[in-house]
Amino acid sequence: MENKKYKVRVGLSTCGIAAGAGKTYDEIVPLLAACGITPEKTGCMGMCYCEPLVEVIDSEGKSYVYGNVTADKAARIVEEHIKGGHPVTELLVLGTDAETEHAPFIAKQHRVLLKHLGKINPESIDSYLEVGGYEALTKVLGSMTPEEVIAEIGAAGLRGRGGAGFPTHLKWKYTREAAGEQKYIVCNADEGDPGAFMDRSLLESNPHSVLEGMIIAGYAIGATAGYVYCRAEYPLAIRNLRTAIAAAGERGYLGKNILGSGFDFSVQIREGAGAFVCGEETALLMSIEGKRGMPRFRPPYPAQKGLFGRPTCINNVETLANVPYIIREGAASYSRLGTENSKGTKVFALAGKVKRGGLVEIPMGLTINEIVFDIGGGISTGKKFKAVQTGGPSGGCIPASLGDTPVDYDSLKAIGAIMGSGGMLIMDEDTCMVDVARYFLTFTCDESCGKCTFCRTGTKKMLEILNRITEGKGTESDLDLLEDLAKQVMAGSLCGLGQTAPNPVLTTLRYFRDEYLAHVRDKRCPAKVCKALIHYLIHPEACVACGACRRNCPVGAITGAKQTPHVINQDLCIRCGLCLNSCKFNAIEVASGAPEPQEA
Amino acid sequence: MSRKKNTAVTEKDPVEIIDAIVRKHSVDRGATIPILQEIQQTFGYIAPEAITRISDLTGIPESEIYSIATFYAQFRLQPVGKYIISVCHGTACHLAGAEKISDAFEHATGAKAGGTSEDGLFTLEKVACLGCCSLAPVVNFNNETHARVTADKAQALVKAARAAAAKEKSPKGESQHGKQEV
Ligand SMILES: Cc1cc2nc3c(=O)[nH]c(=O)nc-3n(C[C@H](O)[C@H](O)[C@H](O)COP(=O)(O)O)c2cc1C
Ligand code: FES
Repeated sequence: MENKKYKVRVGLSTCGIAAGAGKTYDEIVPLLAACGITPEKTGCMGMCYCEPLVEVIDSEGKSYVYGNVTADKAARIVEEHIKGGHPVTELLVLGTDAETEHAPFIAKQHRVLLKHLGKINPESIDSYLEVGGYEALTKVLGSMTPEEVIAEIGAAGLRGRGGAGFPTHLKWKYTREAAGEQKYIVCNADEGDPGAFMDRSLLESNPHSVLEGMIIAGYAIGATAGYVYCRAEYPLAIRNLRTAIAAAGERGYLGKNILGSGFDFSVQIREGAGAFVCGEETALLMSIEGKRGMPRFRPPYPAQKGLFGRPTCINNVETLANVPYIIREGAASYSRLGTENSKGTKVFALAGKVKRGGLVEIPMGLTINEIVFDIGGGISTGKKFKAVQTGGPSGGCIPASLGDTPVDYDSLKAIGAIMGSGGMLIMDEDTCMVDVARYFLTFTCDESCGKCTFCRTGTKKMLEILNRITEGKGTESDLDLLEDLAKQVMAGSLCGLGQTAPNPVLTTLRYFRDEYLAHVRDKRCPAKVCKALIHYLIHPEACVACGACRRNCPVGAITGAKQTPHVINQDLCIRCGLCLNSCKFNAIEVASGAPEPQEA
Repeated sequence: MSRKKNTAVTEKDPVEIIDAIVRKHSVDRGATIPILQEIQQTFGYIAPEAITRISDLTGIPESEIYSIATFYAQFRLQPVGKYIISVCHGTACHLAGAEKISDAFEHATGAKAGGTSEDGLFTLEKVACLGCCSLAPVVNFNNETHARVTADKAQALVKAARAAAAKEKSPKGESQHGKQEV
């Protein structure tokens, strides 16, 4: 017997599955079957911090979203809510009538692109059609010329979400006007910035929105074929996109003579192979052509000479996902959101030491503090907010003191950071800014394709200096050397990778110079992160000699017998921190400064 | 130690499989990367013989195929262990202590990052961002993504995998590949 009283949805995106949603789903399916309910699979609501999520919707349309629903809690929800009719308030994170501490996370956002995420079934085209899917494409093919489409996108003020913020309609116009029969549209789904996952979520949870945007873009620029270049680390995004492409083909939204308009368009997926530089547009094209992904000199721009030598327009996933909304709701409704030069909303991937990490969509112009505190709920560790990193390896670290800066393309640039693609990493006092700079340089140095000397060797030299500093072997003159090298690398690199690689170093030097000085002058790491500048100590008065640390030490550096306080041999200690984690009596401390040499 | 990733394919002649893969992609332009990807997926890594064969079939010089295979981090030219452990070293995971997680896996498996343990069981890798940054630190253990991994959890995962492998080896062992695709 079918139960019409309740609908149940389970979020099954990558983050959900990582948190155990697969097991929750397996557990809840038979329990619900007994009540005549088949749960719907959905994607990511963006509340990644409290996955797995299960939503129950009653016959009046009231929604109850449960968080942290591990398999064992699923039974309780079925028992008490579905069978008993009483919502399980303890597990509720959002609800139509409920006042939860989590509510501001969604309430303070303005969701345009994310509106249907975690609501619709990403594997079902009907689910997308129910929420107005493919209406924009129908409108475009039925009543708009390509020029009108481009003008509409221009009027909306849409700028590229891949990082550079280039006006989308101009790119489309240049590609349309370029000479050539065969043209291509390429969707950049490489999302190489570590710490960013907006594009993954969009592709996993609402793949048709990206596809629809891409087909419209194809029509506008006069392309008949498109490629989606998606990183291989996103298998679920690729799978859902593949399903979406097949379904769109069956319904006549893709293929020959789309909706009887005479417009032909097909889409292919290409998987990336783990090279960050392939997010750069010319390198990406090389990679699709089956070559090493090395950026090339521009001009000619891809709009003139792109994939296989043909005019090509490259757009980011989120840029394309904006398109159906703009066409459907009209440019005016879109450009009302945001600031003078940064229109619309932007999706950020909020992570790091923040209470509520996940997907955040806001009108541009909201301040950093509003994002961190009002939406993110503040710092997860209870410590002080220290900095936010935007734009990944190309971006900068913004100190908490600049928390009132509005988040838009120009304001962030003015303080030395960039909007980037949307990664937003929150750091607390326990984060060492020198280590952060070193981390990013390790990344860019590794990922440099090697074509430009300054990028290849310059980043390596900068990394060597940073390594030296974190090892307590740096000098004050190293800081000047770093700044000098940074300028040279920026000036001497062909593509954005090298041109922006020094940003994390420059911004940390600018805003956290004291911390660098502590490393080079006092040989101290104030945040107690840099291994060479800390040591672990066991406080004899607090140690109960339980032996947990001794058993956990992988190198046998801890000695002690029953009822004798344990001791760490500093020469053997590799400062892995396992002892600290294993101690239940707070007897182990991380102390600043290199350990004293030990007596034999 | 020529351990194959997918034991089901070992019964077929590897050359035949490679030929089929190349043929399948022959209509696409610039298909070298998809060909290498599928070969790696089938065999776990790209063997020198595979590169020679692709070159013979496509006419692309071996040197060029090598240059592609070595440019992209995804491609492995060495055989891999039975279990592949990818520890995320993206920014969020780095801040959440990815280094410690990698250390824990190194100690538990005996493999160094980028290498395979002597018993051929574990291959340990560092990867950049798996896209679950809000749940850092994140580890992909044989195609299953794990969130908020601790050093203890790392040890437990390795222990469980070892036990499963030992059971398989014993004569009464159950059939293998109980793992889930994500
Ligand atoms: C090193 C490097 C990496 C990049 N990675 C990405 C990426 O992962 N995703 C993306 O959309 N754009 C990335 N870009 C930007 C692209 O080159 C390009 O500007 C963008 O895809 C254009 O799309 P948009 O106009 O819609 O923003 C990267 C640029 C550089 C220099
Ligand atoms: S940084 Fe590890 S999942 Fe993104």
